[in-house]
Amino acid sequence: MADVEETLLPGVGVRHDFSTSDGRRLGVIVHRSGRRELLIYKKDDPDACQAIRLDHDDLRVLVEVLGGTQIVERLASIQYAVEGLAIDWISVPPGVETIGQSLGSTELRTRTGVSVVAVLRGEMTFPSPEPDFVFEAEDVAVVVGTGEGIRKATSYFRDE
Amino acid sequence: MLLGADDTVATALIELGLVIAGLAVLARIAVRTGFSPIPFYLLAGLIFGAVAEPSVSENFIELGASIGVILLLFMLGLEYTGSELTASLRTGFPSGIVDGLLNFTPGLIAGLILGWGWLASILLGGVTYISSSGVIAKVLTDLQRVGNRETPAILSILVIEDLAMAFYLPLIAVLLVGSGVAGALTSIAVAVGAAGAALLVALRFGGALSRAIFHNSDEVLLLTTLGIVLLVAGAAERLQVSAAVGAFLVGIALSGQVARRAETLVTPLRDFFAATFFVFFGLQIDVGALPGALPVAAALAVATAMTKVFTGWWAARRRGIGTKGRFRAGTALVARGEFSIVIAGLGVAAGLEGELGPMSAAYVLILAIIGPLLARYSDELVDAARRRFALA
Repeated sequence: MADVEETLLPGVGVRHDFSTSDGRRLGVIVHRSGRRELLIYKKDDPDACQAIRLDHDDLRVLVEVLGGTQIVERLASIQYAVEGLAIDWISVPPGVETIGQSLGSTELRTRTGVSVVAVLRGEMTFPSPEPDFVFEAEDVAVVVGTGEGIRKATSYFRDE
Repeated sequence: MLLGADDTVATALIELGLVIAGLAVLARIAVRTGFSPIPFYLLAGLIFGAVAEPSVSENFIELGASIGVILLLFMLGLEYTGSELTASLRTGFPSGIVDGLLNFTPGLIAGLILGWGWLASILLGGVTYISSSGVIAKVLTDLQRVGNRETPAILSILVIEDLAMAFYLPLIAVLLVGSGVAGALTSIAVAVGAAGAALLVALRFGGALSRAIFHNSDEVLLLTTLGIVLLVAGAAERLQVSAAVGAFLVGIALSGQVARRAETLVTPLRDFFAATFFVFFGLQIDVGALPGALPVAAALAVATAMTKVFTGWWAARRRGIGTKGRFRAGTALVARGEFSIVIAGLGVAAGLEGELGPMSAAYVLILAIIGPLLARYSDELVDAARRRFALA
């Protein structure tokens, strides 16, 4: 697989780019707002690119067409493959204590052994949230851990 | 008496309405033609000042202008996260030094040649040094160059300029107060200490501070942020470290999600008050002094456009970028704008060197328009130059 190069763009976000097998360079900018931009670098001037803005729907269509469904299929098989590992989606109901708290301060991993691998907020996704990520009502946390840990985490999010 | 008061309010509202409606027309023209609105606002201020100076609403415009400076600098501080600052310092430090040497010096020397004092010359150096991150961000987005490989070189120079401001502005503020050598040294220590402390807070405790301020409601967050910014700015002004500096340091100290949300919430306010500030700066300038300042400003603009092109060219070359990319980086950096005016504004407000205002206005008017044009046609210019030299 091609090496994906990551470049920090201060004030903008992060650029990921890699060379395709026939030598063209492709990239994606993940803006701080979560918006994506697809970059196709030019042949005659490899520093310049054609940029295509993608909103959330465009992104879904593109991923679908490019074979995102395969990933989902593979994810499903991983669930079976790793015994004792569970993945679950826990929603943060309105009015609970976790709202306004950062992921770090919930000490979720210390308490339950469960890791939050992503948070879904409306149309947005926050993959691998940092410890300073702050929860809002109606967020959905994607968690990985043992079945028991996930039960504990679920009750934690519900203030039980 | 009561009738009189109502009358004043009515006049003030009509004046303000006219000014803002005028700015709206100019902003429309700016958007339509793809230019930054900053030179248009400046021109508007110059024209208002020459034709019909708003009399009743002047107090409001003056206060609005100070808020504009405060919000401009607050958002400059907000723009980059602590980790972006450290990463840019690590990779871009040599380019930052070249940028400083090549672009600060021409302004400084020009000031000294014109027989200005040291302080006014140092301010002019600041005016020629700092690129307009607002104009440049817009140019990169409009020309769809954010993804280009030379862009990180441009951004890291902007980040370092931003850091340099954290030390330059307090220093200037202290020098402007001018309280003898001993007093100045203490104040400089205080100012640099405050800047260092704010940076440290941002890097170490940014998370905790931001969590304390955070709130789910936009309204609460907006009011909290504005309240803090204005309080710190006011306190800084009281301590004679300049309100702008205080606001800037608050911006640097905030990070993470709070910073991102505050950015979206404060932007519309910043746009309004910053426009007020540019108009106010224009109003203060004696239009009669402009033609006299123009030749030197133009010469300075040409010289510092070339030094910025070289800076960007060099920074991009260090990152292994090709010829065209190097010139795209260089030309993108040419634009000067809001922060040059902020720096000049500090000197004008302190009643320093009468020529500083007109000179900086003319200088920014030239480069805020030429800079984006150069950036847009950079590739074509390189092609033309290549054909020329290939034929010759």
